[in-house]
Amino acid sequence: MNSLWAITLATLVKDIRLEWRSKDALNSMLFFSLLVVVIFVFSFDPLAEESRHIVGGLVWIAFLFAAITALNQTWARELRNQVLDAYRVSPAPANALFLAKALGNFIFVSVLEALMAPLFVIFYNLHVLGSVWQLIPIALLGTWALVVNGTFFAAMSLRTRNREIMLPLLLFPVSIPAVIGMVAGTTVILTGDGSAHFYIVLLLTYDVVFTTASLGLFETILHAE
Amino acid sequence: MTGPTPSPTIAVCDVVKRFGRFAALRGISAEFDSGRFHAILGDNGAGKTTLLRALAGLAHPTEGTISIFGKSPRDACRDIGYMAHPSLLYDEMSGMENLRYFARLYGIPSDGRCSQVIRSVGLDPELVRPLGQYSQGMRQRLSLARALLHDPKILLLDEPFSNVDVHSAREMVGLLNRMHHAGQTIFVVTHQALLLEGVADEFVWMQAGQIVDRTASAQPAIGSGEGQ
Repeated sequence: MNSLWAITLATLVKDIRLEWRSKDALNSMLFFSLLVVVIFVFSFDPLAEESRHIVGGLVWIAFLFAAITALNQTWARELRNQVLDAYRVSPAPANALFLAKALGNFIFVSVLEALMAPLFVIFYNLHVLGSVWQLIPIALLGTWALVVNGTFFAAMSLRTRNREIMLPLLLFPVSIPAVIGMVAGTTVILTGDGSAHFYIVLLLTYDVVFTTASLGLFETILHAE
Repeated sequence: MTGPTPSPTIAVCDVVKRFGRFAALRGISAEFDSGRFHAILGDNGAGKTTLLRALAGLAHPTEGTISIFGKSPRDACRDIGYMAHPSLLYDEMSGMENLRYFARLYGIPSDGRCSQVIRSVGLDPELVRPLGQYSQGMRQRLSLARALLHDPKILLLDEPFSNVDVHSAREMVGLLNRMHHAGQTIFVVTHQALLLEGVADEFVWMQAGQIVDRTASAQPAIGSGEGQ
């Protein structure tokens, strides 16, 4: 168990270092999200009351699409120079690699959310009418739902010819329950129409189920030819 | 009364490896004893790299079994050092950063071993520039250093001398020779058989996915177009 966490930490530090030096994932995610904000600001009236009803969906769809670029990058750098083979021939547990990748993506997408959230508030003139603190568990659980499945399916599509296309095709259908939880939960909090408690429980359940399934299956995916 | 015959280090039994309809390995059976230096030779497409990947546990045989010290290649991974044709290293990190990461995968906590193994291949552990700026020869050396990091009993090296100048190649051969004399079992896939003449104990000749000959010199008994 110690070696699992030690290798997870070493791999996470390595991934953050590689991303810090290349900034491949963060730059493309930020640029994409910024485009979404700007395009929709010109498409809708940001002062309208309706913005509170649509921003929940807008925010999460923007993050979902932006996260795809990070998820693809995560594994693409393991394919250069076939570095993944060096991990496969080592005694390191497969799940340490999966956890490090998922945690790394969680950090990258969380940084994106932290940078983009103020922009959404300013451009859409948002005033939260519900419990603001409930946005924290919705954001954390929702982000983990995106990255845990995304990391798993990105690894699964690693050896396919069109992996950039394959990832959304695999990920989006499976993410529908989580996206519903994130969008509806955020909308409920923004509009103040009731509590987001149900959606928090839904996301928590989704995260537990899919994290367990991903950890159980990842070794097979890693060593598949 | 004699004791039981010791099992060979590596036993390859009726191994077939197919990729779709193409058979890269066609029923290979061979035994390799420990402490010996084996050079694997053959034309392109003869199955050399596939055999090495199967020994490393990266390619699972479609049929047949591979036993290393009585274990499967995956279970024997601590005893195996694998160097592939690509570097298996991160271009954005320095040599020391790369080795430090791979050392953690083998539970090696200190940087001392990383420095030692980098020096052993003739590189400077203080070199801070990223691997992407290394010459091909330096990348090959660092790739070898990664394979040596956990002091494996068996070394599997896929074309370690390709894209390396003659001087560097001879230095690498000298290093491999020292490791051979220290008792390590070494497999080298190469097209430069003559570099290993007088160093390798055995030359294993492959053709069309099969081992066709095993000789003590770099001159094939059966013509296979190699040994130049």
